[in-house]
Amino acid sequence: MEAKVANDWRLRGQRYRLEGEVCGHCGVAIFPPRDICPECGKPAKTPAPLSGRGEVYTFSTVYNAPEGFEPYTPYTVALVKLEEGPVVTAQLTDVAPKDVQIGMPVEMVTRRLRTHGEEGTIVYGYKFRPRVRV
Amino acid sequence: MGEGRLMKSQRAVGIVGHGAYVPMYRLPGAEIARVWSGAGRGPVREKAVAGLDEDTITIAIEAARNAVARAGLAPEQLRAIWVGSESHPYAVKPSSTLVAEALGAAPYLLAADFEFACKAGTEALQAAMGLVGSGMGDYALAIGADTAQGRPGDELEYTASSGGSAFIIGPADHAVAICRGSLSYVTDTPDFWRRAYQHYPSHGGRFTGEPAYFHHSESAGGALLDELSMTAKDFTYAIFHQPNVKFPGRAAERLGFTAAQIEPGLLSNLIGNTYAGASLTGFSAVLDIAQPGDRIMLVSFGSGAGSDAFAWEITDRISSHRDMAPLTTDYIKRRVEIDYALYARYRGKLRD
Repeated sequence: MEAKVANDWRLRGQRYRLEGEVCGHCGVAIFPPRDICPECGKPAKTPAPLSGRGEVYTFSTVYNAPEGFEPYTPYTVALVKLEEGPVVTAQLTDVAPKDVQIGMPVEMVTRRLRTHGEEGTIVYGYKFRPRVRV
Repeated sequence: MGEGRLMKSQRAVGIVGHGAYVPMYRLPGAEIARVWSGAGRGPVREKAVAGLDEDTITIAIEAARNAVARAGLAPEQLRAIWVGSESHPYAVKPSSTLVAEALGAAPYLLAADFEFACKAGTEALQAAMGLVGSGMGDYALAIGADTAQGRPGDELEYTASSGGSAFIIGPADHAVAICRGSLSYVTDTPDFWRRAYQHYPSHGGRFTGEPAYFHHSESAGGALLDELSMTAKDFTYAIFHQPNVKFPGRAAERLGFTAAQIEPGLLSNLIGNTYAGASLTGFSAVLDIAQPGDRIMLVSFGSGAGSDAFAWEITDRISSHRDMAPLTTDYIKRRVEIDYALYARYRGKLRD
């Protein structure tokens, strides 16, 4: 439990508010933060918020979920291409699996991802949903 | 004339940003009646139900993001985030710190959770006006949000719903709605409660009406009118706590307000009773349509019991501010009807 708490805590910026990084050398937006620019290979440690707007690049619906996510089935996981460029893997929410389409405009929301049992912490993080106001 | 009961900060303050959030699932009253009495409708047409991945914290975050977008502030400018609710996801661990991190407002601010049944959010609003009005900080965020639970088969199940709204208080010269004065009225009245470790609240049945809801709402509202030497006719709109449709209508009428004055802020028939979010989400819906010069009266009610009453005046800044985030009605229109079985699953009523 302690290890999970520390790991979840370390990721709070990216999980709660989709905080990425921007490369000071080539200007590319980076998510998730990795401190090295995937484009130019130079150090990139400047935190930068992302807009949270993007579109569904591709998706798959999960019926047999990994441990901890069983209460939420069926749910759809998508690759979301953000306006700033990075592609994020995330759950979609507030949408029935049959209504998901490639190219669908989506926006980031912060939702419950899972709980660590009845007594453990509740893990929150980004998901994407169809935009309320397009 | 006034008797010194009015609260008014030395530095004039107002709302610089507001935002609402209502989950998209709807459970019709007729569906609840079908399960428990075979037929009938219930006191509201339908209520908003939070999805599997939603709770008071996620509702508070979305409402707060909308308020920040409208205020045009950097989140680090907030000196306080206070979340009022009776359904904080943790018994011990603040909702407010998580909301602060999600907004990007941490770490240099006050953060705490408020609890006063359905008036926890307006209590936070009063405190935010005190903080900004004293000059301790320039901006403070007050939120009222709930995922209210009614015991299966209890009359509260028809109305207990999910949603919330957020308001950023700032100096009056930046405000879209300036506070002309507020007032609070509390007594120890046991009309509704939930003991520790209990899933569902208990209530005093008919006792929740006259001695609780009506006495406190009318006392606070009436005293505010008296202190400001105003009458219901001086206001464009009024919003009351809305545990159903009937109660706010009757309280408004007794204070001299017309049906037309309360209609835009009376959402309970469409979304149910969002508890700490209820009067505040009605207020948010009114701010979505208000025009410069309009005057708005807001009266909350929380069981236990008490009411906060506020008089607001809309400024010219309202028009540019409105379209910076989804409107309250955008969320209300985003409606997906569910049946009692899905409701039971979404709200954790099915247990091994």
